[in-house]
Amino acid sequence: MAEPAGSAVVYGRIVASRLRGQLAYRTSFALDLTAQAIGQTIELFVIVVVFTQVSTLGGFTAGEVLLIFGLAACGFGLADLCVGQVERLPEYIRTGEFDVMLLRPLGTLPQLLSADVALKRVGRLGVGLAVYGWSLARLDLAWTPLRALVAVTAPLVGAVVLGALWVAANVVSFWVVDGREVANAVTYGSSFTTSYPISVYGPWLRRLMCYAVPGAFVAYFPALALLDRPDPLGLPVALRYCAPLVAVVAVLAAGALWRQGVRHYQGTGS
Amino acid sequence: MLAPYPQLIRAGYRRYAGYRQAALAGLFTNLVFGLLRAAVLAAVLAERGTVAGYDLATATTYVWLGQGLLAVVLLWGNTEFSDRVRSGDIVVDLGRPWDLQTAQLATDLGRAGAAVGIRLLPPIAVGALFFPFRWPAWPLTWLVFALSVLLGVVVSFAIRFLLSCTAFWLLDARGTMALWGASSGVLTGLVVPLSWFPAWAQAVLWWTPFPAVLQSPIDAFTERGDPLGLLAHQLVWAAVLLLVGRAMLFRGIRRLVVQGG
Repeated sequence: MAEPAGSAVVYGRIVASRLRGQLAYRTSFALDLTAQAIGQTIELFVIVVVFTQVSTLGGFTAGEVLLIFGLAACGFGLADLCVGQVERLPEYIRTGEFDVMLLRPLGTLPQLLSADVALKRVGRLGVGLAVYGWSLARLDLAWTPLRALVAVTAPLVGAVVLGALWVAANVVSFWVVDGREVANAVTYGSSFTTSYPISVYGPWLRRLMCYAVPGAFVAYFPALALLDRPDPLGLPVALRYCAPLVAVVAVLAAGALWRQGVRHYQGTGS
Repeated sequence: MLAPYPQLIRAGYRRYAGYRQAALAGLFTNLVFGLLRAAVLAAVLAERGTVAGYDLATATTYVWLGQGLLAVVLLWGNTEFSDRVRSGDIVVDLGRPWDLQTAQLATDLGRAGAAVGIRLLPPIAVGALFFPFRWPAWPLTWLVFALSVLLGVVVSFAIRFLLSCTAFWLLDARGTMALWGASSGVLTGLVVPLSWFPAWAQAVLWWTPFPAVLQSPIDAFTERGDPLGLLAHQLVWAAVLLLVGRAMLFRGIRRLVVQGG
């Protein structure tokens, strides 16, 4: 979609105004931010509790699972911050707000994404970065230039994969009234799935949530690349470095789905 | 004149049962998460046959009951009430010939009743059909379970009511609700059985009302612990939290300022 050169400025202003608005209710914002951080910490706590009972999970030690968790949390946090607003699509459709977006000379998806950037989500990302950084420092990895590149790019690539996934999942709202819950099963479900080694899931759950929905490329494969350890599932080593490719495909697919959805959109009537 | 509460229970039931598509969508999400949670717990138990008395059947029963009960007790509420505080519509509710807290509780009980059929039975069916499942050994357990679910709904309602009442002070209760939304999964025993926690954490948590929301009904079903002690814990907390909620409501009303004419 060709957009005016000044559109970046427009989006910048929109996002800035949203951020100012959220900071207006200070107590509520602080609580919201804390809640996001707690939400992520609690998932961490679950892993810690599990490892008080066992020494390995799906063939991975506590430190290795925390690396996977940290990577997944960074990817999720970034994706949530940049793309999370897409889950409000049903509201925009129901209230007719989406019709307004169609009329403006800007792309519908960027408009939707900039419409309600939730700064509180930084709380989640913060915890993710902390766990990831701590894991990288503590695991005593054998660093090579390639591994350093993976360490830096993996959270970003993971975020792109998850973001594309969320857009694709929420497109269902163009067909189903209030499809948010169904989309949530994919978005939050993938956040859950990516936080654990995929070897804990049964074969068909793995096929669905790790390959078809490419959750395995968010944290599991990059973590294997960083750890340089054998895969308990015995999958090809090349897969460990495929995440960027998967991200490109996911973005293209999500874009195509979104355009298909918009084309199908008929408004809510009345 | 009949008291409005039985009718409110019925209204709550009908309202929830009416949104079938929304209920099915929610059910779908619960089922997906049930599969994932069951997989993780099964992976843990694959390393060690039983953990804190949970074998595979108890663990999957725990997961599927939790996935159903979280919708029955409505672990994560909505902002309907707190929005009415913020907008000032609350004065209309206060002017009605009812006790506001009792009326809301009645509506919520009706909603929970409808949720039992739509949201609790399907996950139990999935668990029983496709997973190792642990049915109660004693017939009396069913009665304890029913009472425990009822009390779980009341405690959950009372907590949500308290959170909504913070809107009288904060104007926007979303922050406090988000805090609850983030922490309740662990505090109530939804994501990991509380008996897997370190001993000190268990000791602390059982002094709070949180296990009464989910872990207690699940424990009742899986016949863990003393049923009478379990129900007494729930009953005490239900009473305490409802009373605190009343006190908070009446204090909140006194500082309520509604603008407009």
